[in-house]
Amino acid sequence: MTHTRRRRIISAVAEGLCAAAVILALIPLVMILFYVIKQGFSSLNWAFFTQMPKPVGEPGGGMANAIVGTLILIAIAAIFAVPIGCICGIHLSEFPESKFSSLVRFAADVLNGVPSIVIGMFAYGLVVLPVKRFSALAGGFALGVLMIPIVVRTTEELLRLVPPGLREGALALGATRSRAVFSVIVPAALPGILTGILVATARVAGETAPLLFTSFNNRYWTTNITQPMASLTVQVYTYANSPYDDWIRQAWAGAFLLVMIILTLSILSRLAVRRLERMNRP
Amino acid sequence: MLTTSDMERLTSSPTPSAAELEKAYSKISVRDFDFFYGPAKVLHSISLEIPDQQVTALIGPSGCGKSTFIRSINRMNDIIPEARAKGAIRIDGKDIYAPETDVVELRRRVGMVFQKSNPFPKSIYDNIAYGLRIGGMHNKRELNELVEKSLIRAALWDEVKDRLNESAFALSGGQQQRLCIARALAVNPAVLLMDEPASALDPIATTKIEELIWDLKASYTIVIVTHNMQQAARVSDRTAFFMLGRLVEYADTKTIFMNPKEKMTEDYVTGRFG
Amino acid sequence: MQRHFDRDIEDLKDLLLRMGAMVEDAITQSIRALLERDTTLAEEVINNDGRIDQMELEIDRRTLELIAKMQPAAVDLRFVAAIMKITPELERIADLAQDVCERVIELNREPALKPMQAIPRLAQDAQTMVRQALDAFVRGDAVLARQVIAQDDNVDQQTEQSFRELLTYMLEDPRNISRAIRLTFIGKYFERMADGATNVCEMVVYLVEGKMIKHTPVAQNQ
Repeated sequence: MTHTRRRRIISAVAEGLCAAAVILALIPLVMILFYVIKQGFSSLNWAFFTQMPKPVGEPGGGMANAIVGTLILIAIAAIFAVPIGCICGIHLSEFPESKFSSLVRFAADVLNGVPSIVIGMFAYGLVVLPVKRFSALAGGFALGVLMIPIVVRTTEELLRLVPPGLREGALALGATRSRAVFSVIVPAALPGILTGILVATARVAGETAPLLFTSFNNRYWTTNITQPMASLTVQVYTYANSPYDDWIRQAWAGAFLLVMIILTLSILSRLAVRRLERMNRP
Repeated sequence: MLTTSDMERLTSSPTPSAAELEKAYSKISVRDFDFFYGPAKVLHSISLEIPDQQVTALIGPSGCGKSTFIRSINRMNDIIPEARAKGAIRIDGKDIYAPETDVVELRRRVGMVFQKSNPFPKSIYDNIAYGLRIGGMHNKRELNELVEKSLIRAALWDEVKDRLNESAFALSGGQQQRLCIARALAVNPAVLLMDEPASALDPIATTKIEELIWDLKASYTIVIVTHNMQQAARVSDRTAFFMLGRLVEYADTKTIFMNPKEKMTEDYVTGRFG
Repeated sequence: MQRHFDRDIEDLKDLLLRMGAMVEDAITQSIRALLERDTTLAEEVINNDGRIDQMELEIDRRTLELIAKMQPAAVDLRFVAAIMKITPELERIADLAQDVCERVIELNREPALKPMQAIPRLAQDAQTMVRQALDAFVRGDAVLARQVIAQDDNVDQQTEQSFRELLTYMLEDPRNISRAIRLTFIGKYFERMADGATNVCEMVVYLVEGKMIKHTPVAQNQ
């Protein structure tokens, strides 16, 4: 067998193995999607979106409050985490060598690895206990803490990627350092930073554990953030654990909706990036 | 091979005679200027006078210090952590390295165009208006007027007047560089520094930039770094030849390219160097 | 695209044409001085030659500076080469006019020789050739340039003719010899002016067509 022929065969085999590996990795994802869609889609109806949960035993009802609750929780988390995370990321990229920055980076990495239930407990001790009340604020706080490391790291990385020529150009026009950072460098990195925020949001949208003892749950409609609040994840958890077929059916619908929300967030982030990058591409 | 004494002989600045001191005052006056990156000395005792309304070119092999020198004129080297300067650079008589100098104000009087064009990821209009806005100008009419004037002066107005709100990145390489020139001109600097402004461009775009520089010199003091000797010959009135951080020869461009005094200069411009 | 060097090239062209005008004047005046036996005019021509020499130096200096600064290519390069070769030709032609005038001054110390026919005609032809050569340069007219080159043979013949005519005078009477010899020189000077005009035209063809026709036989050039 000639060398060339042997090389071609080895190449083809390697390609085949790679393809097989990809397919293997995708199987769980596809199966989940397929199963959730099959089970959940049929249970979706108008009532699901608009009605409140019915008392135990009664058929029907929906998860309107949980859907709104999840959205509120995500919003609180974002309001809390985005400014802190972005400013942190800006500092890290502007002063990359300082001891303080190394410390902050290390802390963010550690925080990233902390189990979400532990963060939930932390939020419980910090926000729930003093006022002796579960609240959406506490839940949002917990989710925010989860978001911070992601936002910090992506912001820092994206700012580092901005070409140094832009900074020089701004400085050469008589901008002070902070002016240059906020009027030129941050806007240049904005597509990436927004992606980071959307990715972080998508991650926390699906969290259950930290909400269990912060925002708890609520069978009634409320938008008061100092009250416990329902969320899709907790609701699905509760219903899935129940013996009632109707509730289990609704749990599938909730799961399906969760998956759809995260899918939509991911697609939105892609689209936003593409549009903003058109402004950016040199 | 050059000995240290060769180099010292070449660069010891002669004390100017009374007649020379009385001569026409120069826009930028450099005297015994040293520059250090940490412990390394990269510019040795540079002294020269740069006149107004002329183009002065800085030439020399890679690493000879010409870029470092030009960036010292608007103190862009300040952003490098271990950089240190000694000696004086006077613009309009005022030493820009004096401790009370406002560096931000200096950079508005001394504009810079870079080798790789660096338009901001904003619209064409916002790019030009950037310098004006951070200077405090917010009146729409004034901004419009100055944006138009700058683009006309940079020979770009006709090509972009209908699409000022488009992204700056929609322009070609040569247009982007002219945009950067217009952006620098918008704040009405007295001096324009250009660090290899055309080295990233194709020949036609390069010629456009060279003709633009020729037209601009009537209104500004222009200093340009170029590794392309022929460009220096075409575009400049005076040429300074740098080597290993020292100023070897500084004279009329015609003299440098027809009959230079120093053999090192001649070796360089004839290509016998290296 | 407008280049700032275009103005330098135009300036050089103007300088050359001004020099050409001065040379044409010198020829015209030398012919008049010859025909009218005007010593004063002849002295004027000789004195003016210095100005023409200065112009040559000025054009040379400017041309070298232009080469150093512009690095001309293609037609610009040929233009510069043409200027550098035409300028000394013009200066030589002016020197020849000066030589004619020197001989005229000497001639005027003696009474006029019998009226000649060949030399005045020869002089007019040489003058015409120089004028047409400069016209060809201004207009970039290679066709005219080639026509001028073709006339050189005619001028050579006329020179030969005038020499024979002067020879008869010399054989007639030995007292004619010195004047006839001076006139022979004058004829030779005009012939060399015509040669100079030819050289100028060869450079015009090079400038316009890029073809170097120096030293190729005339027949091949038509």
